[in-house]
Amino acid sequence: MIPTSLNAWVATPEIFLLCSACIVLLFDLFVSESRKQVTYLLTLLVLALTAVLTIQSLQQGLMLAANGASPARYAFSNMYVADPVADFAKIGMVLGVALVLIYGRGYAQERGIFKGELFTLTLFSLLGMMVMASATNFLTLYVGLELLSLAIYALVAMPRNNVRSTEAAMKYFVLGALASGMLLYGLSMLYGATGSLDIYEVASRIIRGEANPMLVTFGTVFVVTGIGFKLGAVPFHMWVPDVYEGAPTLLAQLIGSAPKLAAFVFVLRLLGHGLAALGPDWGAMLIIMAVLSLVIGNLAAIAQKNIKRMLAYSTISHMGFVLLGFLVYNAVGYAASFFYVMTYVITAAASFGLLMLMSRSGFECENIDDFKGLNKRNPWYALMMLMVMFSMAGIPAFVGFFAKLSVLRALVGSGFTWLAIVAVVFSLIGAFYYLRVVKVMYFDEPEADAPVAVGNLDAQLILSANCLLLLALGVFPNQLLTALSYAVKLSMASAAGMMLQ
Amino acid sequence: MTGNLLNLAIWVPILAGLIVLATGGDQRAGLARWLALAGSLAGFLVTIPLYTQFDLTSAGMQFEVLAPWIESYNINYHLGVDGLSVLFVILNSFTTLLVVIAGWEVIKERVAQYMAAFLIMSGLINGAFAALDAILFYVFFEAMLIPMYLIIGVWGGPRRVYASIKFFLYTLMGSLLTLIAFIYLFMQTGSFEILAFYRVPLGMSAQVLLLVAFFFAFAVKVPMWPVHTWLPDAHVEAPTGGSMVLAAITLKLGAYGFLRFALPIAPDASREYAWVFVLLSLVAVVYIGAVALVQSDMKKLVAYSSISHMGFVTLGFFMFANGYLNQYAVVGAIALMVSHGFVSAAMFFCIGVMYDRVHSRKIADYGGVANKMPIFASFFMLFAMANAGLPGTAGFVGEFFVVLGAVQVNFWVAFAAASTLIFGAAYTLWMYKRVIFGEVANENVAELQDVNKREFLVLAILAVAVLGMGLYPKPLTDVTLQSVNHLIELAAQTKLQ
Repeated sequence: MIPTSLNAWVATPEIFLLCSACIVLLFDLFVSESRKQVTYLLTLLVLALTAVLTIQSLQQGLMLAANGASPARYAFSNMYVADPVADFAKIGMVLGVALVLIYGRGYAQERGIFKGELFTLTLFSLLGMMVMASATNFLTLYVGLELLSLAIYALVAMPRNNVRSTEAAMKYFVLGALASGMLLYGLSMLYGATGSLDIYEVASRIIRGEANPMLVTFGTVFVVTGIGFKLGAVPFHMWVPDVYEGAPTLLAQLIGSAPKLAAFVFVLRLLGHGLAALGPDWGAMLIIMAVLSLVIGNLAAIAQKNIKRMLAYSTISHMGFVLLGFLVYNAVGYAASFFYVMTYVITAAASFGLLMLMSRSGFECENIDDFKGLNKRNPWYALMMLMVMFSMAGIPAFVGFFAKLSVLRALVGSGFTWLAIVAVVFSLIGAFYYLRVVKVMYFDEPEADAPVAVGNLDAQLILSANCLLLLALGVFPNQLLTALSYAVKLSMASAAGMMLQ
Repeated sequence: MTGNLLNLAIWVPILAGLIVLATGGDQRAGLARWLALAGSLAGFLVTIPLYTQFDLTSAGMQFEVLAPWIESYNINYHLGVDGLSVLFVILNSFTTLLVVIAGWEVIKERVAQYMAAFLIMSGLINGAFAALDAILFYVFFEAMLIPMYLIIGVWGGPRRVYASIKFFLYTLMGSLLTLIAFIYLFMQTGSFEILAFYRVPLGMSAQVLLLVAFFFAFAVKVPMWPVHTWLPDAHVEAPTGGSMVLAAITLKLGAYGFLRFALPIAPDASREYAWVFVLLSLVAVVYIGAVALVQSDMKKLVAYSSISHMGFVTLGFFMFANGYLNQYAVVGAIALMVSHGFVSAAMFFCIGVMYDRVHSRKIADYGGVANKMPIFASFFMLFAMANAGLPGTAGFVGEFFVVLGAVQVNFWVAFAAASTLIFGAAYTLWMYKRVIFGEVANENVAELQDVNKREFLVLAILAVAVLGMGLYPKPLTDVTLQSVNHLIELAAQTKLQ
C-alpha cells in the first residue's frame, strides 16, 4: 500500500468512534454496577462528537461539490470513501443509535441489561454500520457487515437467562451467518469473474465485457439473496418477526432502525454502482422480492396480536417499498429509497420508543391490547402513537406519505405503473392494521385504570420531539428530499467518474 | 388582504382546533366549547368576503395564493377558488359553526377532542376545495379522513368500529389510485398544477385509465352506486355532527372532484363513457330511492336519500348533447349540492334532536311527536318538504334545473330521473307521517320536551337558508355561471392528437 493513498484523515469519524469505543470499554471496568449512568452519559457524548465529525465531513463534501469538484474523498487505497450519501446515512445512524439508548435507558435498567457491554457493543455495531456505508471494496463491505452483525448477535443474547431472547439470538445468528455466507459466496464469484475486489473496478470490467457473464450473473444472484436476508425481504424474512418478538424491545429498535440505513448504502454501492450494468437482471429479482414483501408483510401483519410482531411484518412491507425504489435502477429511484429509509428510521424509532416508555418492570408492553383505551389514560401518548401509525400507513400530513409518494413517482416515471398499483393496493391493506391500533387506543375502553407508565422525562421529551418531527417533515419535506436526492446524484456522478478511470 | 382570505379560511379553523385541543380534559369542557364557538365563528366570518368580493364576471381562479412548497418535485402551495368551489368553502365553514352549536351539550365526553376534530377537519376540507395543486389537494383530501375516522369511532353508535374502519378503507382505496393518476399526469406535464393538467394532450386509452382512477376516488366519496355501501353505515353510527358534515360537505367533495378533475382532464373519455355515469346515477336515483322507502331507521333513510340526491348531482354533470354539457343540468347539479348541504344537515340535526331525547332512531319507536314538540314538528316539516323537492324550498331549484337539462338531452333519462320527485316525497313524507303525526305512541314520546333555545337557533338558521335559497336562488347560480360555462368549454375540447 502506498502511504500517500492512505489518506486516513478522511475516516476521522470512524477512527474517533473506534478509539472512543475502546475507551468506553476500558473506562466501564472502573464504574460500579450502580453507577452505569456515567458510562451511559459518556456513550452519548461519544455519539454526539461522532455526529459533529460526520457533519464536518458532510460539509466538506458539499463544499467540494459546490466548487465543481468530486465530493467523494477516498482513503486506504480506494477501500473507503466519504461522500455525502455516506455522511447523510451516518448522521441518520448516529441519531438512530442515540435514540435507542435514550428511549431504552429505563427499560434496560429494569431488565438488568444496563451494563457496560450494552454501550460498547452498541458503539461497535454503529462502527460496523458506518464502515458499511463508506465501503467501496468487497472486503471493507464485508468487514463492516460482520462487525455490525456480531455486535448485534451478542446484544440480543444479553438477557442470557431469558429463553425468548436466547432463542431469538440463536435464530438471528444462524440465519445471519447463512446470509453472510451467501453474500460472501456471491462476492467471491464476482471476484473470480473480474479479478478485483474494488466495486468500481468490478463495474468497469463488467461494462467492458471482460468478465464471464455467466459467473457474474450467478454472483449477482447470491449477492441479491444475501441482501434480501439482511433487509428482511420475503422470501428471506423468516427471522424478522421472531427476532423482533424475542429480543428486548431496546434491541428490536436497534435492529429495526439504524442498520436499515447501512443496508441502503450497501445496496446502493453494490448493486447501484458495482453491478449497474446488470440493472435489468437484479431489477427483475428485486421485483419479485418487493412484491412478495408487500404481500406477505401486509397480510401477515393483520393476523398479529403482538405489536412487536406486527411491527416486524410492517418492517418487511416497508422494505418492500424500499426495494421498489431500487428496482428502477436510476438516481430518482435510489433517492426515493434513501428518503424512504431515512424517514422510516425516524418512524420506527418512535414506535419502539413508545413501547419501551410504556413498559415497566414486570410488565412488557407488547400486545396490541395493552394500548386499549390509551386515549383515556394518557391522551398525549395516544396522539403520538396515532401520528406514528398514520405516518407508517402513508396518510398525508405525515412524512410516510411523502416517502411513499417519492417511491411511486420513481416507479411511474420509469414505466412501472403496474408495480405502483400493486404497491398502493397493499398499502391499503396495510392501512387496516395501523388503523386497528388507533381503534384500540381511541375507541376501546381501558381494561385497567392504572396510570400508564410514562418513562423518564428526558426520554419523554425527545420522544415527543421525534413524533412531532414526523408531522413537521410531512408538512415541510422539501429540505430533506432535496438534500438526499442531491447526495444520491453526486454519488452516481462520482461512481461514474471512478469507473472511467 | 384578499390574497390571504383562503389562507385564513384554511388555517384559522385548524389553529383554533389546536388551541381547543390544548385545553385538555373534560374539567375544562366549558372553555373548550366557547373557544370552539369562537374559532368556528371566526372561521365562518373569514369566508364571507370570498362571496362579497367574488368577481362574477370572471371564470378564472380568484383569491389565488402561490408559493413553492416542495421544489424538488415541483409541488406548489397553490390555492384559488372559482365559481365551482367558492360556495363549498363557505358552506363548509357555515356547517362547522352549526355543528359546534349542535354538539354543545350533547357531547359530554372528551369535548375538547370532539370540537377540535371538527375544526381541524373544517380547515382541511376548505383546503381540498381551494387547492389548485394536485398533491396539495390530495394531502387535504386524505388528511381529513383522520378526524372523521376518530369522530365516527369515538363518539359514534354501537357499531362504530366497523363503520369507521369501513369508511376509512373505502375512501382510501379510491383515492390511492388517484394518486397514481396524478403522478402519471405529472410525468406528462412536469408539474402538479391542476390547471396544467387541463391543457396536456392525452391519448384515449390514457384518458380512460385516468377516468377510471378518478371514478374510484370520487365515486366512492359521492357515493355512487355500487360503491355506496359505506355511507349508510357511517351515517348511522356517526354522531349527529359527524353525519351533518359528512352529508353536507364531504359528499360534495366527491362530486366536486368530477368537476375539477374528471371532466376537464379526460374530456374525450368523459364524453365517450358519459352513459356509464348516467346509468349509475339513474340506478342511484331510482333503486336507492326505493331502498330508502323500506328503511326502518330514520338515519339510514336519510342516508339513502342522500345517495339518491347525489345520484341526481352526478346525473347533471354528465348530460352531454352533441359533445357539450348541458348548462342547466350542471348549474342545477351545483345548486342541488348546495341545497342538499343545507337540507341534509337539517334532516340529520332533526333526527339528532329526537335521538338525544329518546335514544332511538327507529321509526317504530316514535309517533305523535307533533303533540309534544309542535315547534320542532313545524321545522321538521319544512326540511322534509325541502328534501322531497317542494317548490319554494332549496331542494326544488336544483332538481328542477337538472330535470330541465335532462329533458333537453334525452327525454327518457329525464323521465327516469324525475321519479326521484315521487320517491323522495314518498319516503320522506311517509317517515314524517309515521314519526310526527298520529296519537302519542308510547311513554317515551309522551315525555318529550320541545326544542330548547340552542336547538331552535340551529333550526332557525337552517330554515332561513333553505327558504332563502328556494325563493331567490339567483345569488348562488350567478356565482357559478361563468365557471360552469368555462367548464363546458373544457369538457367539449378534444385532447386527442
